[in-house]
Amino acid sequence: MNLVEVHKLHKHYGSNHILKGVNLDVKMGDVKAILGPSGSGKSTLLRLIALLEPIDQGSIRVDGIVLARNEDGHRKRHHEKDLAILRRGIGMVFQKFNLFPHLNAIDNVALALTTVKKIDHRNALDRSAEMLKRVGLSDRMSFFPSELSGGQQQRVAIARALVLEPKLMLFDEPTSALDPELVREVLNVIEQLAADGMTMLIVTHEVGFARKIANEVVMFDEGEIVETGTPEEIFTNAQHPRTRKFLEHVL
Amino acid sequence: MDIFLNAIFSVAYLKGAGISVALATLCQVLAVILGFFLTLMRVSKNKILSAISGIYIWFFRAIPALLLLMIFWFSIPEIFPLFRQHWYSPFIAAMLGFAVLEAAYMAEILRAALISVDEGQPLAARALGMTPSQVMRKVTLPQLIRIAIPPTANEYIGMIKYTSLATVISLQELLTTAGNGVNKTFRYSEYYAAAGVYYLLMVSILMFVQSRIERKFAWISITSKESQKAKR
Ligand SMILES: Nc1ncnc2c1ncn2[C@@H]1O[C@H](COP(=O)(O)OP(=O)(O)O)[C@@H](O)[C@H]1O
Ligand SMILES: [Mg+2]
Repeated sequence: MNLVEVHKLHKHYGSNHILKGVNLDVKMGDVKAILGPSGSGKSTLLRLIALLEPIDQGSIRVDGIVLARNEDGHRKRHHEKDLAILRRGIGMVFQKFNLFPHLNAIDNVALALTTVKKIDHRNALDRSAEMLKRVGLSDRMSFFPSELSGGQQQRVAIARALVLEPKLMLFDEPTSALDPELVREVLNVIEQLAADGMTMLIVTHEVGFARKIANEVVMFDEGEIVETGTPEEIFTNAQHPRTRKFLEHVL
Repeated sequence: MDIFLNAIFSVAYLKGAGISVALATLCQVLAVILGFFLTLMRVSKNKILSAISGIYIWFFRAIPALLLLMIFWFSIPEIFPLFRQHWYSPFIAAMLGFAVLEAAYMAEILRAALISVDEGQPLAARALGMTPSQVMRKVTLPQLIRIAIPPTANEYIGMIKYTSLATVISLQELLTTAGNGVNKTFRYSEYYAAAGVYYLLMVSILMFVQSRIERKFAWISITSKESQKAKR
């Protein structure tokens, strides 16, 4: 069963055509790695799948529900409040962590539980502590973001998304803002998630990592999917010249 | 010297200072509330609301405080009978006049603060499924407040001093009190110096309170707060 169906998706910013008819299906349990040069629209695609911005054309279905669709020029309006409810099922992790600086680690994780899920504070803290333990941060629960390393911040951000028990996790270059020695601790957490069967879309430049955990690699360039295949196919036998050119840069 | 000390410890001065602080505080609170709504209007997608707010800010930044005070005390009761009644005292007139004026400045301060909250913050909050009002209350506002505290404290301190303008509508605030003493005795230095001491004292207390509040917004854990203290 497809958890996500992206169909002929278009997005413009002003006169810039950013996404040019993207088609992408994600099945339950899929781990897809999205590769592509910077500025090609990868982050935009993730933000649209996370229902954070209106689409211009095409449709996105998540979990069987048509969440955003637009055919024959009619723009279907979604209310921010309805979208907010649908977004709970999708976790998103950003390149720059975007932790809430005014809350310590455990409150960062607990905030959505108390505000969005209306769980009482005590229970929320228990569950958040559990989640922080899972990402290896039991000893950092009362630390504020400014007191954590980049790798620790990103692990808190992952815990913050996971605590809502999403069906789908979206990672937008989760290790690109990290010092090299901190990359591994974050990738380990994501690898563990994959082993637990989480459905994930991961934008990354970490080729070795993509190769290890993805069941499919999606090559993205200039607002389009250029090529998809197993890691084996893409990394050893890319068909498209644009893929080969990109891989020469990152490998 | 006796006159100076007598003035400082007189009930009249204390009362005058009390009126100044009360007036400045009420004005500032009203201005922050009104300014916040002006800011929300200014940044809203609704062009009409945004324009109304823009015109308001433009207008009240252009009008001198003294002129506005005159308008609120003399012109408004002339035009609206409602304001000719007993309740409309110099204090109320000054409060409304200053609040309306200060709201324009607060709107600018709050708008600048709102813009400087990283756009990744509301984005992350929305991704967690928060509604727009939750995003504002739980994520944007605390960060906006932290940015806005120093300039707002600055405005508040300015407001304490601005209240002295209300002497022209014979509000019995601190400067008017000093003036009364001068008029009786023609001893300028003592009475005005005493007023100066009061202003110094009031502003010092405010600056102390400001630093306490800023420390609350340091966003570091207790342990590292203590270790920072230890370093000092
Ligand atoms: N909010 C926005 N407003 C205008 N242009 C944007 C916005 N977000 C992204 N873009 C533009 O869209 C293009 C694709 O950006 P992005 O999706 O971030 O690419 P990638 O993640 O692949 O580097 C870039 O040219 C970028 O400047
Ligand atoms: Mg990007």
